[in-house]
Amino acid sequence: MTAPLASEPSLWVLFRGQLRRDLKLAFGQPSELANPLAFFVVVITLFPLGVSPEPGVLSGMAPGVLWIAALLATLLGLEALFRRDRDDGTLEQMVLRAQPLYLPVVARMLAHWMVTGLPLTLLAPLLGGMLNLAPEARLPLMLGLALGTPVLVLLGGVGAALTVGLRTGGVLLALLVLPLFVPVLILGVSAAELASSGLDPAGPLLWLAAGASFAITAVPFAIAAALRIGVETG
Amino acid sequence: MSEPVLDISGLRCERDDRELFAGFDLHIGPAEAVQLRGPNGAGKTTLLRCIAGMHPEYEGRIELLGAPVAGERLLFVGHRPGISGLLSAADNLRWHLDLAGWRGADSVVTAALTRVGLTGYDDVPCQQLSAGQQRRVALARLALPTAEVPLWLLDEPFTALDEAGLKLVSGLMADRLAGGGAILFTTHQPAPELPGLSTRWIGAAA
Repeated sequence: MTAPLASEPSLWVLFRGQLRRDLKLAFGQPSELANPLAFFVVVITLFPLGVSPEPGVLSGMAPGVLWIAALLATLLGLEALFRRDRDDGTLEQMVLRAQPLYLPVVARMLAHWMVTGLPLTLLAPLLGGMLNLAPEARLPLMLGLALGTPVLVLLGGVGAALTVGLRTGGVLLALLVLPLFVPVLILGVSAAELASSGLDPAGPLLWLAAGASFAITAVPFAIAAALRIGVETG
Repeated sequence: MSEPVLDISGLRCERDDRELFAGFDLHIGPAEAVQLRGPNGAGKTTLLRCIAGMHPEYEGRIELLGAPVAGERLLFVGHRPGISGLLSAADNLRWHLDLAGWRGADSVVTAALTRVGLTGYDDVPCQQLSAGQQRRVALARLALPTAEVPLWLLDEPFTALDEAGLKLVSGLMADRLAGGGAILFTTHQPAPELPGLSTRWIGAAA
């Protein structure tokens, strides 16, 4: 046999392999895939029932309600993000072997976003209709979620990586990352609100875009570092 | 004399503020295997994790081929199998190849599974396999081309294996030794017959 390791390892193979594995894992458990989405739908359904079915009241609070529900749904999927990988030892293999660790971490977060943030973004305008969201606010809401959910997933990933070594990380994780979600929430809601009152939502959306580009480039390094610590403690 | 593959000197290691060993030296050359023995809690696993770079609380020098240890130059099989139960054996092994950025064809996965006697189990999710079969999937990593690295660290590789599995794993180890690799492993069972094998005690009997 030739010496395959003599050739340079391929970074693309590393990235693609991790993405493929994580998507297979996600689609291998349809219930876990559906849970955050079902949660999103149910929480939003509760508002007309619990607060007021009045269209005027609902449309006023629609952007905020949709965003908060999306935030909580994102949070719901985070705890399991690295937990199972840690338990079966695949996490330590990843930390040990992947060179650089940055790439599989990006792939992992991308896969997670594809099964949480992306469906939330696509569902939001539909549920917005249920809350009487102004039609002109639909697109800014979706754009905001499309730019904001990657940030949420990545920031949440840092929390999940930091708490991966702990037995009961759930509540701690929420306390750790929810404050970090606040700027995203404010920008996302204000984009939708500006649009529904007939103003230009470009400002907050551009801020979200800037935040997303920064998060995508920088945060995976933090996640990788936190995962290293998590593996060392176990 | 050839340069040692693994060179440990003056290693002092703590776990949970308890000193496990101090002044520990170990040199393993190419084509040498060392069986690490010692009572439970003596620090065998911790030593392996130290070498793999997954236990930072140590003092002393650990070098792999004269350089600090890098994860891509060793293969670590720990207590946790490194195999995802929801994925099939083939998917798991493919992922291990991908992790190393290996560009070759998928046929090596089938070959590795055949080698460990799991022909035909490629597509079964690993959690549906028996404990021994799962162990074999984890050990099939030793038969992948990405296992051709200077050092193997194997923590209890023989647990849950039947007689045939034991032979199989020692065969894989013998192959690696023949290829010039070094192996450090722990086991409580009598060690298999391997060329260049020595035993090293840590803890009580040292």
